[in-house]
Amino acid sequence: MKDTPLSNCERDFLLKAIEEKKRLDGRQTYDYRKIKITFGSDYGCCFVDLGKTRVMAQVSCELVAPKENRPNEGIMFFNIELSPMASPAFEQSRQSELSVKLNRQLERCLRNSKCIDTESLCVVSGEKVWQIRVDVHMLNHDGNLMDAASIAAITALCHFRRPDVAIQGEEVTVYSPEERDTIPLSIYHMPISVSFSFFQQGTYLLVDPCELEERVMDGLLMIAMNKHREICSIQSSGGIMLLKEQVMRCSKIASVKVSEITELISKALQNDKKARKAGGKCGYAESMPQERITALKMDETPVEMTDVSERANDVVQKAKAPPQMVPSPVVPVPGVGQVGQGLKNSWGLEEEDEEQEEEEDSSGVEQAKRATKMEEEHHVKEESRAAVVEISDSEEEEVVILHPETPDKTPKNTRPVSHQKRAEKSKKKQKK
Amino acid sequence: MTSSDRDRQISHRGSSVMEECGSSNAFLREFGCEQSLLSRPDGSASFIQGDTSVLAGVYGPAEVKVSKEIYDRATLEVLIQPKVGLPTVKERSQEQCVRETCEASLLLSLHPRSSLTLILQVLHDDGSLLSCFLNAACMALMDAGLPMSCLFCGVTCAIDANGEIITDPTAAQEKESRALMTFAIDSKEHKVMMSSTKGSFSVHELQQCIAVSQKASEKIFQFYRDSIRRRYSKTL
Repeated sequence: MKDTPLSNCERDFLLKAIEEKKRLDGRQTYDYRKIKITFGSDYGCCFVDLGKTRVMAQVSCELVAPKENRPNEGIMFFNIELSPMASPAFEQSRQSELSVKLNRQLERCLRNSKCIDTESLCVVSGEKVWQIRVDVHMLNHDGNLMDAASIAAITALCHFRRPDVAIQGEEVTVYSPEERDTIPLSIYHMPISVSFSFFQQGTYLLVDPCELEERVMDGLLMIAMNKHREICSIQSSGGIMLLKEQVMRCSKIASVKVSEITELISKALQNDKKARKAGGKCGYAESMPQERITALKMDETPVEMTDVSERANDVVQKAKAPPQMVPSPVVPVPGVGQVGQGLKNSWGLEEEDEEQEEEEDSSGVEQAKRATKMEEEHHVKEESRAAVVEISDSEEEEVVILHPETPDKTPKNTRPVSHQKRAEKSKKKQKK
Repeated sequence: MTSSDRDRQISHRGSSVMEECGSSNAFLREFGCEQSLLSRPDGSASFIQGDTSVLAGVYGPAEVKVSKEIYDRATLEVLIQPKVGLPTVKERSQEQCVRETCEASLLLSLHPRSSLTLILQVLHDDGSLLSCFLNAACMALMDAGLPMSCLFCGVTCAIDANGEIITDPTAAQEKESRALMTFAIDSKEHKVMMSSTKGSFSVHELQQCIAVSQKASEKIFQFYRDSIRRRYSKTL
C-alpha cells in the first residue's frame, strides 16, 4: 500500500509555518515531544513513546560460536523491523532503503561506540560466546524513528538480564532464572541519537521532526552522544551543505537533550526495578491507561461449567455413530490391491451413489463408445484377465471398473492409465 | 449432587474416564483492551489476557495490488509479527486461522477490488496467544469501522493430565496440558467459526470444550459490549 501523498498546500503551509518559527504541534524549535518509557513483563522488553511514534525493543540472547577473528568477544546483532503496522508504506520482510539506513545507524550508535562490554559475553574462548540480539519493532510511525529506536534499544539493553553460566572442565551449564539469579549486561555508557532536520537549505533547524516535517525537510543530521558529551556517531543525510557553526550548535543542543533523556531512562529503570522488587505486577498490561474511555479492563471472571458435561453428552448422543467398517483389501489379480470397493460410502454423500448409478445406466452405450474410441486411437489394453485398473495420477481418486469386453484383443500393455482417463473424458462428454 | 456424581451417572460410549469439571480451573484471566491507540492505522487495538498481550492494527479498505485483486470482494491480508526474529511457519498457520475467521465475519463483498491489512504484533506471550490474536483482531476491525456480519472472539481450552478443562491457560499450563484447543466463536449464535487443536482428546472432551468456550464467549462479548459502550459514552 502506498503512503498518502503530501499535497502542495500542506507543504507550503508547513514551510511557511517553519519560517515563522512555528510548528504544527505547538512545540518550540528545540523541543522534544513527550517521551514515555515503559517495560514489558520480561527482561529486555521496552516500549518507547515519542509523541505518537511508538517503538518496541526486545533483547534476547543465545550461545553461539564467536567470529574467527574475535574469538573472545560476544556478538551484538541489531534488527530493525519496519512493521507495516507503523505505516502503510512499509512492507513486510522487505529491506527498504529506510530500514537499511536505520539499522546501520543503530549499529554505529550502539555497537561501534563500544558501549557494551562484549568481552564479558565470552563463555569459552573461541568456542562459545553470547550473541545479544536486539529486535526493534516500529509500531507507529510519526517521525523521528531513529531517536525512538535508539532510546528503546539502549533502555532494553540496560534492562536485559542474561542467564548465568558455569564452566566445569569442558561442560557449560546454563542456569535457568529459578536456579540462579540472572546477570545484567555491563554497559559503559549510553549513546542516544538526536535528530535535527534542516529546511530551506539549512536556514531553519528543528529538533525531533514529526512525520510531516520529515517529509518537507531538506536534510537530516543525526548525532549520537552520551551524557559525558562524547560524540559516538554523526551522520548527515539529504545532501545539504552545513556550516561548521551549525554542526557545533547542533552538538551543543544534542548534549543537553542527551543528558535529559539519560536522566529519564535511569529514572524509568529505577522505577521498574522498584516495582519488580516489590513483587507487584509489571508489564504492558499495567502500563495501559485506565482513565481513557477507549480502554477497559475486566477482572478475572469465572466461567460456568455446570451443565457443560450434559451439553457435550447431548451433542455426542445426537450425533450419528460413525460406521464401523474395516475395509478388507480385495486382490483381483496378483500384484493389484484394492480397498473400499463395494462398501457403503461412509462420507454421507449421496452424489457419489447417483454418479455410480448413472455410470451403470450408461455403461451399455459407453461400452460401444469406448470400443470405437479404442479402435480410432489404436489403443490396446490388457483386459483379458484384469478387471480392475486403477488411475494412479487422477486427482479425484476415481476408480472405474471396466468390463472385459474385448477378450480377443492382443494383450499389449500400453499405457492403460492414460487410456482410462480418455475413457473417463468421453463418458463425461456423453453426460453433457 | 456434585458435578462429578453427575458425570458418573451419565456414562458415555468411550472408555475414557469422565472428567471432573471443577470450577477452580474454569475462569478467564483478567482481560483488558484499548482501542485506537495508534495514530497511523485506520483501526487499532491492544488486547490483554493476563500477561499475554497483542497489538493489532488495521489498514483499509485501500488500494490493492493488481496481483492480489479479487473482483468481487476485498482482499484480506493478515500479518503476524513475532517478538523476536522473523515470522516462521507457526506464525503463518496462525495467520491463516485468523484470516479465515475474519473473512467469515467481515462483509468483504461491500468493498470489491480493495485491500484490508490486519497486522498483529505479539507484545508478550503467556499462553492462549491465538485466542488473544482473535480478540485483538476483532477489536481492531471494530475500531476501523469495517462492516461485519457478526463479531467473533477466541477462547483457548487446555485439557491437563487429569482430564480437567482449563480455560484461558497460561504458558506453563499449556506446556503441561495433554490437549490444547482454540475456538473462534461468533456473537450471533455462539457457533464455532474456527477451531485449532493440538494433542489427543476424545469426541466427548471436544464437545465439552466447545460448550465451555461458548459459555466463556458470552463473558467476552459482554466485555466487548461494555468497552464499546464506554468508548461511545460521551457521544451517545
